[in-house]
Amino acid sequence: MSSAVARSDLLTTRQMAQFVARGFLRFDELVPEALNTALMAAIAADEVAGHPPGTPLADCYEDCAPIRNLLQLPAVRGIIQSLVGAEPTFDHHAIHHCPPRQERAQDTHADSIIDMRRGAFDIQIMYYPHAVTRDMGGTRYIPGSHFRRINEMAIARYQNILGQQHVVCPAGTLLVMHHGIWHGGGCNRSNESRYMLKIRLNPTQRQTLLWNTDDLIDASAGPSAIFAADAYRHTDRVQTIFERPEKWFPLDESRLETVNRIRLWRHLVGDASFDSHYWLTRVENIPGCDQSGRERSGCDQSGRERSG
Amino acid sequence: MSDETTTRRSSAKVRRQQILMLYSRSSALDSEVVGWAFYDGTGATVHYAGDQDEAPFVTPLAAMQAGWRVLQVSQLQAAVPGSEYDTGYLPFEIMLEQLVTLDKAPI
Repeated sequence: MSSAVARSDLLTTRQMAQFVARGFLRFDELVPEALNTALMAAIAADEVAGHPPGTPLADCYEDCAPIRNLLQLPAVRGIIQSLVGAEPTFDHHAIHHCPPRQERAQDTHADSIIDMRRGAFDIQIMYYPHAVTRDMGGTRYIPGSHFRRINEMAIARYQNILGQQHVVCPAGTLLVMHHGIWHGGGCNRSNESRYMLKIRLNPTQRQTLLWNTDDLIDASAGPSAIFAADAYRHTDRVQTIFERPEKWFPLDESRLETVNRIRLWRHLVGDASFDSHYWLTRVENIPGCDQSGRERSGCDQSGRERSG
Repeated sequence: MSDETTTRRSSAKVRRQQILMLYSRSSALDSEVVGWAFYDGTGATVHYAGDQDEAPFVTPLAAMQAGWRVLQVSQLQAAVPGSEYDTGYLPFEIMLEQLVTLDKAPI
């Protein structure tokens, strides 16, 4: 990346909170038509080559102007820097081609393998260089599924999940996803081929306060009391965003997903005491131990007296 | 038609299984369906990921009232020590079946 990213091109705190809560951000028509056309031509000419994993992104795509120019767009640079820093590395890319008149869809899955990371994440940029209609299938994804520890295709049995999304979008749309999101290619019933370029990026620095934090203090305001009306009225506040369940969340796991959001947010803001609605503060309250439960005097993680 | 012919035809009838997987919002069978899949052993219909945005039944109980038989319900699992807050596969899975009689085996 050449010059510094303008602060106005970085994501806001509220966008970051949405990403943490739902696992994706969508930007319609972000890429100019000329770049969309150029990428389609490069795909047709088989001119889109990948790179070894771990290559600095800044060194990638020197011979592929459409993607290089895509990654140089100020808004795209701002998105990347906000999520994975200024110097991410290239993981892999894939040109997804769905031929016309398909009879079934790709099963729902999460990419790669079980990912044990909690304080770091990769992003997958999904770029749609042409308009995608409902008939063309589009990428199907399950909002809020990114924290679930499942193994790749093991979830193929789940044909449909309440609230699932199907990408229907104008040309030049980007969908930026947390690596853990459940997704799959939709069934292309149209008479046209469908293309999507996916690029996975890895962070090389701690993913803390990388976005435009001008709104961090305002957005971090908590409710006046647990279950108070203002806890749900201010829909643009981080805690309200974290408390909002997805349509499909099991009743007993909705609050656990909020905990997952809180835990990732603590890493992102560099504040191990951040909480939403007191969920973690309450259960981390073990007098005599520090916040992580490690002994300060003579108790173990559960707060019990240690023997000996 | 002779009696012998009638007997041959009735013995040609076959039964096939349809499986309906429902995922409910809680362990209660009258809680809302939040995920579903349909596997049709008759071959008459084909279902795949993302083919329906609305559940075929509002609750597993509604499916039972429509004639679907419950084959299996997932167990309630104690939290794994150290992973109490982890989430993973959908926890409340109900497998139901319906047997369909066909005049002849599907091709």
